[in-house]
Amino acid sequence: MPEPLLFEIGAPGREGYSLPEPDVPTRDLDEMLPPARQRQELNLPEVAQIDLVRHFTRLSQQNFSVDTSFYPLGSCTMKYNPKVNEDAARLAGFRAIHPYQPAETVQGALRLMYELQNYLASISGMAGITLQPAAGAHGELTGMLMVRAYHAARGHQRRLVLVPDSAHGTNPATAAMCGYEVATLRSNGRGGVDLDELRRLMTDEVAALMLTIPNTLGLFDENICEVASIVHSRGGLLYCDGANMNALLGQVRFADLGCDVLHFNLHKTFSTPHGGGGPGAGPVGVSQPLLPFLPVPVVGYRPEAAEGEKYFLDWDRPQSIGRVRAFYGNFGVMVRAYTYIRTLGAEGLRAVSENAVINANYLLALLKEYYDLPYQRRCMHEAVLSAKRQKAHGVRALDIAKRLIDYGLHPPTIYFPLIVEEALMIEPTETESKQTLDYFARAMIEIAEQAERNPEVVLAAPHHTPVGRLDEVAAARRPNLRWRPESKKS
Amino acid sequence: MGYIPNTEADREAMLATIGVASSAELFEDIPASFRRPPIDLPAPLSEPEVLRLLRQLSRQNRDWECYPGFLGAGAYNHFIPSLVGHVISRSEFYTSYTPYQPEVSQGTLQTIYEYQSIICELTGMDVANASMYDGASALAEAVIMACNITKRDKVVMAPGVHPEYQQVVATYTPGLSIEIAGGAELVENQTGFAGVFDPAEAQRLVDDRTACLVVQEPNFFGCLEPVEELARVAHEHGALLIICVTEPISLGILRPPADYGADIVVGEGQALGNALNFGGPFLGMLACRERYVRQMPGRIVGATVDHDGRRGYVLTLQAREQHIRREKATSNICTNEALCALAATVYVASLGKRGLRKVAELCLQKAHYAAEQIGALPGFGLVHQAPFFEEFVVRCPLEPHQLNTELMRRGIIGGYPLGRNYLSLRDAMLFCVTEANSREEIDALVAALAEIGGGR
Repeated sequence: MPEPLLFEIGAPGREGYSLPEPDVPTRDLDEMLPPARQRQELNLPEVAQIDLVRHFTRLSQQNFSVDTSFYPLGSCTMKYNPKVNEDAARLAGFRAIHPYQPAETVQGALRLMYELQNYLASISGMAGITLQPAAGAHGELTGMLMVRAYHAARGHQRRLVLVPDSAHGTNPATAAMCGYEVATLRSNGRGGVDLDELRRLMTDEVAALMLTIPNTLGLFDENICEVASIVHSRGGLLYCDGANMNALLGQVRFADLGCDVLHFNLHKTFSTPHGGGGPGAGPVGVSQPLLPFLPVPVVGYRPEAAEGEKYFLDWDRPQSIGRVRAFYGNFGVMVRAYTYIRTLGAEGLRAVSENAVINANYLLALLKEYYDLPYQRRCMHEAVLSAKRQKAHGVRALDIAKRLIDYGLHPPTIYFPLIVEEALMIEPTETESKQTLDYFARAMIEIAEQAERNPEVVLAAPHHTPVGRLDEVAAARRPNLRWRPESKKS
Repeated sequence: MGYIPNTEADREAMLATIGVASSAELFEDIPASFRRPPIDLPAPLSEPEVLRLLRQLSRQNRDWECYPGFLGAGAYNHFIPSLVGHVISRSEFYTSYTPYQPEVSQGTLQTIYEYQSIICELTGMDVANASMYDGASALAEAVIMACNITKRDKVVMAPGVHPEYQQVVATYTPGLSIEIAGGAELVENQTGFAGVFDPAEAQRLVDDRTACLVVQEPNFFGCLEPVEELARVAHEHGALLIICVTEPISLGILRPPADYGADIVVGEGQALGNALNFGGPFLGMLACRERYVRQMPGRIVGATVDHDGRRGYVLTLQAREQHIRREKATSNICTNEALCALAATVYVASLGKRGLRKVAELCLQKAHYAAEQIGALPGFGLVHQAPFFEEFVVRCPLEPHQLNTELMRRGIIGGYPLGRNYLSLRDAMLFCVTEANSREEIDALVAALAEIGGGR
């Protein structure tokens, strides 16, 4: 039974909330608002509270989530979201403060932000951090705008940005938003940057190379230092996409690898929840030469100042790129990440990457006999397999993904990276136990067997969900993007 | 504790299966000299210790549950129904991600479809996306969208657009050869700026190169703009009208922007059921006319059917997006603010058609009650004559920062000192009064202002 829409339940006159009556002397509306400016019609639902509760509860039950299922969605780091982080973010002193309150009334919030800047700097080795960007792609935009400002300040604006063929789609899209042309960099036979190709493309017109470390194949490029040195030798900058940082916490600092700009995903690496598609947070770290371009404001500390003025918003940054959103960033997400870092400490963070990498390699070891492995290497935090072999039986990566749902498992990322045919990108994260991984591996192996002997059961999957496979072609051809009142239906 | 379930014995068994003697072998691709660097972080804390620390930090902030406040300026304090917190705390919602697998994500997908429908009803637009980061970045994306649609490169900003929104547009556009005219300087350059965009001034700035005219309604100063005249100016020149709404509660009582000619509506959805959160996470809204849907940035959910004809929801029109189109995408946006959009959906559904209207009327009544009394205090005065919703500008007898300090001393969080952004308004304060301010609080503010002003 599909859940009806909000607009289809309820009845005129029902309410889900009660409001106080006016406690001030009231005036005639028309005196305050010209009648021509007042709205005549508002077609919103009218639903009783209990029916709202059931509506949203039932809808929630139609979701897979980290709290209900193993969620090995590659590149998304769907790790456990600690509950204490949620409690911290909901404290009134964090939740109920206004961004424009005088600094002396929000010293605790500013201190938390200042310390989080420092922690991220310490983890990455970067010289300075902005917490402003709201998501990973927003961090990329912020970072590449700083790259642009850096080259402009040196008097020669460059034209091109290099992006590997394995990169996330956000990388080329970001470069284009910053006014750059994108040149695609081919990967070599080991899944890394092709150094000869890089030397050929790396001219004085290249502003930056955008590189994900480890890359989207789950591999750490053995030539990373050589890559950085080729880029730097022609005056370019190395932009690092930190989407996969969960593999490297405490194992290496991005700055040591020659990184000039780096974005973090607090909702991946630092355990803040993904919220069904956000909010996340995408802080950016920069090397020394790019410090002047950080967005305003950054949070500063002056130990000599009086109590109540020690932590402050620093606006005095004349070369700043400006700001990429209103206010200071997704503060609620910062509180969660801060709580997480304080819980784990340095050794705890190192254990995260170590266990994330062990878990991924364990799955790789269990599955590589049954699925094709595009690059004969061990992986870092995620394993990219190919369903090429299953495709020969008419079973594609998409079908395997749907069949996993029958086992109560969230599918991995599929068809990405683009350079792997029928890609299955599996990221278990460190918060999963050996038993869970064994169960997942058994399911994958069974599906591989079914693909050979009984492909129909895979092709018809999933079998027990509220809806079956949906007609996405029809959805795009005749877009139905909103409910409309009966009278206005076309 | 790293929330890691595996024991040393588990790890040893797994390493044996992998075929390595130790986990160090798995990190051998990292250049040896850089491996396992020292990291300077405080020592780990247990759960009760970390919670104590966070409580201590949170107590160093003066929060709105303890202190009455009169700040708005793009972030608004409203009552939030208990239901909102309960729904967004369901971990089936908050620990899921972008609904790439629709069969196991109908909860998220259907609530986004409901959110899109609600935003369309509020704004009068045909289509809305699944959300943007916040109002300011949504505006920047809308400006880029308008330039792409019209193939023009000039943007005219009304003077009453939130100054931080203007800064964000300026930050987003340097690589795209977009010229921005108008904006904050119109506040400074006009003698006796009336609080709204003079249509004659708009006529002077908008020309046949103009992609869009951006108008905030109600504007940053709280005033209602002459939107119909401004729409006419934009459309006469073939420019799009972008209406920016930072206070969506106003749409409970104000005409929807589609009625007066908006082509794109953007805004900040925080006021719909989201807490102040020190400025984030917030909720960027973006809606437009149907003919522009394929130029829209961001995720969009559509209704469709499965093979048995059952209704279901999917991410759709993905050919606009970065994971398909890469450098030719309409935007680079990927993760957005889905949970905040869910909060807005639950909020609007809880209030319903009468409740949203009632909240808007309460804000209007209380703000006018406050404005009338503050305006009549000796030394104070209302600066603008235009109709307003819940915010208004007050000329003060002493420096506004100092006034705020004095108010805080009396346990009141004051207003927004406009001198931060406008030299010509350095003696002015923007106050905001909502339904969440009781008469007692308003009277206390008025009494405090009288006392502080009386000493001058």
